[in-house]
Amino acid sequence: MMSDESFRAETRAWLEANCPESMRQPVRSDKDATWGGRNPTYAHPDQKLWMDRMGARGWTVPDWPAAYGGGGLTAAETKILREEMARLKCRNPLNSFGISMLGPALLKYGTEEQKLEHLPKIARGEIRWCQGYSEPNAGSDLAGLQTSADDAGDHFVVNGQKVWTSYADEADWIFCLVRTDKTTKQAGISFLLFDMASEGVSTKPILLISGYSPFCETFFDNVKVPKANLLGTLNKGWDVAKFLLGHEREMISGFGLGGSAGDPLIEAARKGVDPLLRAQIALFDVRSKAFSAMSEKFIDELKAGKAHPAQPSMMKYYGTELNKSRHELLMAAGGSDELEWESEASRHGAAPRAWLRTKANSIEGGTSEIQLNIIAKRILDLPS
Amino acid sequence: MPLYLTDEQQMLRDTAKDFVAEHAPVSHMRALRDANDATGFSRDLWKQFAELGLTGVLVPEADGGLGLGHVEAGVVLEEIGRNLSPSPFLATAVAAVEALKGSAIREQYFPGIIAGETVAALAIDEGRKHDGAIALKAERSGNGFRLTGAKQFVTHGHVADVILVAARTAGSPDDDEGVTLFAITKDAADLTADPQRLADASLAARLELNGVEVDADAVIGDVDQGRIVLNRLLAAGRTGASAELVGVAGGAADMTYAYLKDRKQFGVPIGSFQALQHRAAHLYSEMEVARAAVLKAQQLLDAGQDATQAVSVAKAMTGLATTLAVQEGVQMHGGIGMTDEYDIGFYMKRARVLAEMFGDTNFHADQLAVAAGY
Repeated sequence: MMSDESFRAETRAWLEANCPESMRQPVRSDKDATWGGRNPTYAHPDQKLWMDRMGARGWTVPDWPAAYGGGGLTAAETKILREEMARLKCRNPLNSFGISMLGPALLKYGTEEQKLEHLPKIARGEIRWCQGYSEPNAGSDLAGLQTSADDAGDHFVVNGQKVWTSYADEADWIFCLVRTDKTTKQAGISFLLFDMASEGVSTKPILLISGYSPFCETFFDNVKVPKANLLGTLNKGWDVAKFLLGHEREMISGFGLGGSAGDPLIEAARKGVDPLLRAQIALFDVRSKAFSAMSEKFIDELKAGKAHPAQPSMMKYYGTELNKSRHELLMAAGGSDELEWESEASRHGAAPRAWLRTKANSIEGGTSEIQLNIIAKRILDLPS
Repeated sequence: MPLYLTDEQQMLRDTAKDFVAEHAPVSHMRALRDANDATGFSRDLWKQFAELGLTGVLVPEADGGLGLGHVEAGVVLEEIGRNLSPSPFLATAVAAVEALKGSAIREQYFPGIIAGETVAALAIDEGRKHDGAIALKAERSGNGFRLTGAKQFVTHGHVADVILVAARTAGSPDDDEGVTLFAITKDAADLTADPQRLADASLAARLELNGVEVDADAVIGDVDQGRIVLNRLLAAGRTGASAELVGVAGGAADMTYAYLKDRKQFGVPIGSFQALQHRAAHLYSEMEVARAAVLKAQQLLDAGQDATQAVSVAKAMTGLATTLAVQEGVQMHGGIGMTDEYDIGFYMKRARVLAEMFGDTNFHADQLAVAAGY
């Protein structure tokens, strides 16, 4: 194994040679982010180039085993790669619920066949996944979900409705919580993977206050799902779901970080703000930079198996509240320039739309209040 | 380097935790206060710190110390904070040692510090708020200097064996250049120290220097280049104070969490009320974030990297989190939290003093803004 120093030097050289200049600029809008999939869209051709180059090295998922399309890096090497990417302000090569949510669950609960089938395609951005958790009457009380999967011999028949399914209309596959036993609550839930192109699946975007529709209503009408697509044990899907929720919270908490490509809030402040706003931005910056340290510590502890299992709740809570503050301040610093909703100059209202989008951060993946409940009970051990 | 304590650091923490909790719990501080103790801390306890090697934690091994880093010093300071132990550790073993490290006069002071016989004080502030201005004059006189001016908020200033004084040898108060750091011994003529008991029962002096004569070898570092030494001293002091603040917050929070579980109202523990659970969980989050910021600053200092920004983040963030911890502590304790008999109020007072030391949250947030160019 090469030393950390030589790994750092080699990584830096490779990134410098392979990360296109356009991928070292901040992501300006939702369309700027790279999601991959069967029918990918790119605002810039370098997005695909950058994703493919990183994917070929397994560096979209640097710490996954090489056999599953990963980079096979150690925790220390993964950290070095992230540091070097941040130093060059490299964009994330691939945004993916497959990477941040399903992947870890597949690695833990999947059969060898399931891992070999799905993980490499996630790593290379070939298949885009969405998450089927929430239902109209099962949000914070997720275990109350009703979508059913009935045993039909060699397959299940799925019926029901999901809601807030992020990007369901653009996703290729779904990982979905279904009820396989109606007589109990948590103990009757199973975890299914299936193709969104299956007969009986339909989606309907939900228009949000941001003017976008990243979320959908998703309907299942007698969808046939082979039994081989069950992840984990029948009726034990709640364990997989909880494990995955930890990773989802970890991912969402990352929204609280300014991102690697420069901090737009600091740039806005440099253009001139009134003294009160300046003070608010400076105090925000303290929390933001401290939270960056917390994120680094959290990831290091996670990799070393030292993190408290409920710690993702703290990260999710803090990161999302922080992100809402950031965008409130960005709107205040931008003044009337950032109120334009459609103009070219405003990049089609990127700032106000992003500001409104952040309001979902403290709701999706478990509300801030749910996270606080978890911290109080599981970390502080406060009484019920 | 991963951002958590190594096994060795964890072991040191266990040692420090047991030692401080046994020898200097909150009752120790209360007893000193009740006795109106004129020193403000226990010299015996300082000796015991020395016997464990802790007074020399930052002194290089070549100079007879442990040669450890700011992470280790912080581990000790956190326990001092948690127990509200009055101690010269921060000023002497952390800030002063960092300033004296590598200087010609270290040989004069390190043995006493390592032995637990020497206590140092820092004379840096001249106004009610910490800022960079230094007006106290040091004029050439014979083969040395004559110092004239005043300093305040000098912890242990009335009993310290050596006082590190930031003085101006050239230029105007706000200039970076023209500052020189001096080590003055306590018996210097024309030096008066007026100790005042602060809100937290600790003692800090107002110093008057009415033409104090010192030899040229009292200079730490180079004449007119004192900011280099002073900045090192401040980085260590700020990071150390941040670690102590984390301890103060942790002590207050632990008392509060325990109270939430024990105290019953309406026939149930008050900790079962969601309104209080959410506030406790929010407090926990702020404290975890502050703790990470402190460890980041300590590791950067120990790695010899530029830690200026990280140190400001640590001091500002611990100021925010600890203020919240002590305010929530008193509020959630209700009426008993307002009584002198109960310890939680001591945490509030100590936090206020430490938050002010070496620059408060606003000062350090402003430093970040200036550095970022807004």
